[in-house]
Amino acid sequence: MFESILITIATAATPLLIASVGELVVERSGVLNLGVEGMMVMGAVTGFGVALATGSPWLGVLAAIMVGALFSLLFGFLTLTLVTNQVATGLALTLLGLGLSGMLGEGFVGQPGVKMSYLYIPYLTDIPFVGKLLFGQDPLFYLSIILTAGVAWFLFRSRAGLTLRSVGDNHTSAHALGINVIGIRYLAVMFGGACAGLAGAYLSLVYTPQWIENMTAGRGWIALALVVFASWRPWRVLAGAYLFGAVSIGQLHAQALGIGVPSQLLSSLPYLATIVVLVLISRNRRLTMVNTPASLGRPFVPDR
Amino acid sequence: MKKTILLTAAAAAVLSFGTIAAEAKVKGCWVYVGPIGDFGYSYQHHQGLLQAKEKFGDELETAYLESVPEGADAERAIERLARSGCNIIFTTSFGFMDPTNKVAGKFPDVKFEHATGYKREHPNVATYNSKFHEGRYVQGVIAAKLSKAGVAGYIASFPIPEVVMGINAFVLGAQSVNPDFKVKVVWANTWFDAGKEADAAKALIDQGVDIITQHTDSTAPMQVATERGIKAFGQASDMIKFGPETQLTSIVDDWGPYYIERIQALIDGTWKQQDVWGGMKEGHVVMAPYTNMPDDVKKLAEETEAKIKSGEFNPFTGPITKQDGTEWLKAGEVSDDGTLLGMNFYVKGVDDKLPQ
Amino acid sequence: MRIELVKRPEQSRLFSALSPFIALGLTLIAGAIMFSLLGKNPVDALYFYFVDPLREVWSLHELAIKAAPLILIAVGLSVCYLSNNWNIGAEGQFTIGAIAGSILPVLFPQFQNWAVLPLMLIMGMVGGAAYASIPAFLKARFNTNEILTSLMLVYVAQLFLDWLVRGPWRNPEGMNFPETRNFHEYAVLPEIWAASGRANWGFVFALVAAVVLWFMLSRTLKGFEVKVLGQSPRAGKFAGFSASKMVFFVFIVSGALAGLAGISEVSGAIGQLRPTISPGYGFAAIIVAFLGRLNPLGIVAAGLVLALSYLGGEAAQISIGVSDKVVRAFQGMLLFFVLACDTLIHYRIRFIGAPAKTWEAAQNV
Repeated sequence: MFESILITIATAATPLLIASVGELVVERSGVLNLGVEGMMVMGAVTGFGVALATGSPWLGVLAAIMVGALFSLLFGFLTLTLVTNQVATGLALTLLGLGLSGMLGEGFVGQPGVKMSYLYIPYLTDIPFVGKLLFGQDPLFYLSIILTAGVAWFLFRSRAGLTLRSVGDNHTSAHALGINVIGIRYLAVMFGGACAGLAGAYLSLVYTPQWIENMTAGRGWIALALVVFASWRPWRVLAGAYLFGAVSIGQLHAQALGIGVPSQLLSSLPYLATIVVLVLISRNRRLTMVNTPASLGRPFVPDR
Repeated sequence: MKKTILLTAAAAAVLSFGTIAAEAKVKGCWVYVGPIGDFGYSYQHHQGLLQAKEKFGDELETAYLESVPEGADAERAIERLARSGCNIIFTTSFGFMDPTNKVAGKFPDVKFEHATGYKREHPNVATYNSKFHEGRYVQGVIAAKLSKAGVAGYIASFPIPEVVMGINAFVLGAQSVNPDFKVKVVWANTWFDAGKEADAAKALIDQGVDIITQHTDSTAPMQVATERGIKAFGQASDMIKFGPETQLTSIVDDWGPYYIERIQALIDGTWKQQDVWGGMKEGHVVMAPYTNMPDDVKKLAEETEAKIKSGEFNPFTGPITKQDGTEWLKAGEVSDDGTLLGMNFYVKGVDDKLPQ
Repeated sequence: MRIELVKRPEQSRLFSALSPFIALGLTLIAGAIMFSLLGKNPVDALYFYFVDPLREVWSLHELAIKAAPLILIAVGLSVCYLSNNWNIGAEGQFTIGAIAGSILPVLFPQFQNWAVLPLMLIMGMVGGAAYASIPAFLKARFNTNEILTSLMLVYVAQLFLDWLVRGPWRNPEGMNFPETRNFHEYAVLPEIWAASGRANWGFVFALVAAVVLWFMLSRTLKGFEVKVLGQSPRAGKFAGFSASKMVFFVFIVSGALAGLAGISEVSGAIGQLRPTISPGYGFAAIIVAFLGRLNPLGIVAAGLVLALSYLGGEAAQISIGVSDKVVRAFQGMLLFFVLACDTLIHYRIRFIGAPAKTWEAAQNV
């Protein structure tokens, strides 16, 4: 039972983690894309549709990644090339994504989807207590961990990551150093879109293999919150996603045990917990100052 | 230039409208609280619209508004429909009760039908609802027959009388087979959030229930049950496609017959205000085929269904004890509809505290 | 080919005025294409979308009802955003304002006289302001990111309202349905011109708030302080302005206005508390604030435009049967075009055929 609760938490946390890690890279480059929910839901509908048509969940995942990236390009073009306001553009992207996905998915309603199968490694998966947790989950779960590690390495151990962070911290001096600020931001935005698309596909191919309108149900917003919560550090995003997952699943268990606390109070626990932890983290001013991308959300137009 | 285009457009629109109106005898309109793509509550109402359309063909013109928020928007949405020439408007969510009555006062010639409410302030407002709890009683019987653990999991949406009534009916049905049967309840606080419903199902299964039933709209719990190898009941529509080896049966909301009946009444000029609470007998509540169960259970389920359908048996027949141990109904006593429609207490055997 | 922006030395007055119309033109073209692809007559569709809701007086009233909360919230947010404080939790402040303002009619229904309504409005504003001061306090005291805390508090407020109307505040005569008792006549915000439609004084509040804040921002020292601290906290500090006092000021202003919007909506347009009282006004108002270029007077126009797009969407659904999803996608498109065209105010756009030298240099890094 304990193992299966942990797996439930992992399943709840994985889509949040994937989307957050993507957005983290975007924000590290100095761009605030509030359209995660919209890109996610586009990924969900595309992943579902392509998997249904081809019978292959992997093709669905691939398509979702591509659509997520393409959809984010729209945001990129507006905010980076036309320097529109990032907050408003991101919100508009979410509106567009929710509407468009509903249109595209009209024919998918009520159809059972294709479910991505779980990993099975003989012997290893059969180990009692931890086998399924470590070796028997869906492939995207492992991908999400690798993705987190990869992003952590990229941002803090690679030269390209340093460049990206410098763009996010001070685009003017990065530009003065001859760095192509806009180009790097385009790539970061597309990476974030791809991750959001993947996270959406996780919902419609693994978590609940079906298409329902608005099936992201606010997870894109939680993903956004997690980035700030993690003060822009990849491993803390992972911790935050799992904490959020654990509190969400925990409140359901508390209810099933019949403890008699109002369910609304239990449902609000994940949000209250997020605030409390955030306050604790942010009390350390020095630490948060170091991690916050200083140019976040500021428009950039190269001088000539 | 632009002005001329718009004027032409207006003229064209009016003309094309005129022709449609001339062909159709009556215009029926619907207001849904959710998207028709929820594959649950609003989806089923929309299926009712489609049935009516098929029945009446060109005689019926239809329009609908989906995802109408309960609140200030509802009144506007209903009024816009009333003004657009609708002859009968079905407002399909409890939260549309006051707006429906307000608009009805302004448009005495339009008929209004409000689902699940109790206010009929004007002669042109009727209310309708379905006795879904009748189906839940049958489900309880099946659950108690099949469950080895003696505990079922119930994923509930919001603590409103309708849902509480369903939980109680389920428990009573189960206890008619196994007096010690228990139900664990999780309130999802949502009508549809597939992920959350799936999580709730997993939590319940991890706590030892071996049958899942739900009063939320998505098919996610059915899929989780399939994955975990236990049985489950569908909700609102036949979900057999999502659990061919899992679904025992499903309560199907079939609004079509009611919509057809009322539109026919309007065409015939016999429409009157009424308050209908139809169940299995009226064909509003339909059970999906009984599947994935042994023949004796199936037989018992069918017998129970037949008894309710014929009116021979009412699920809320005493003796029934409340959760706190006090007596609610004496042996042979049948609950009045008023108590049911405002139900805010559990019967014995529910392993949960009702949010007050 | 690529696009290059050249900053104008000054804002272009021409494009300031022209850009909304260019955006509208582009939206009409794109919309026409979209509707044709869906097999609908584009002229019909656009007519119902943009013109039909404006043809009748009752519908204009509805436009005012829909626009009022958007404008009220957005003008408050504009002050926040100009000072570089990111309150995105107006939805929660709206909700708490509605709850606080409803205390009198719900808990003391026998208290009925002319003082009820003013007290309700004040309590609504206080409630919203108090709730907004939580993220303000956390930011000023602990340096906690306000985007996150204000957003999280939205969910908490909604769950709190849900608990209230299903539990302690439930209407004793309401068959145990989740709603409070209906407000008595002294607690209902009156209609402006009842004979022709149901628009209430909330719309007047919105206009007054917009004018007052416009005046404050453009004509007073406080407005100057807001902008200076927003553009450069360092410069503000040298000028003797306190950044942490500013955090409280803008959050309280925006929270109070969101709270006023909440109680006006509940008292004027709904008449009781229910589990859902807002279809996301607090979030839509963020878009309105930016569409209005953070200028309170611009926000009035933007609020009306967004409200029209909701009403038009309904008209289009009813008359030509386009679905609600198409309507939302169309709304998204409209916003994109408006935002994109505003670029013309600050920049000239140059299309460049061949890659410029700087571009190559950038590639070689």
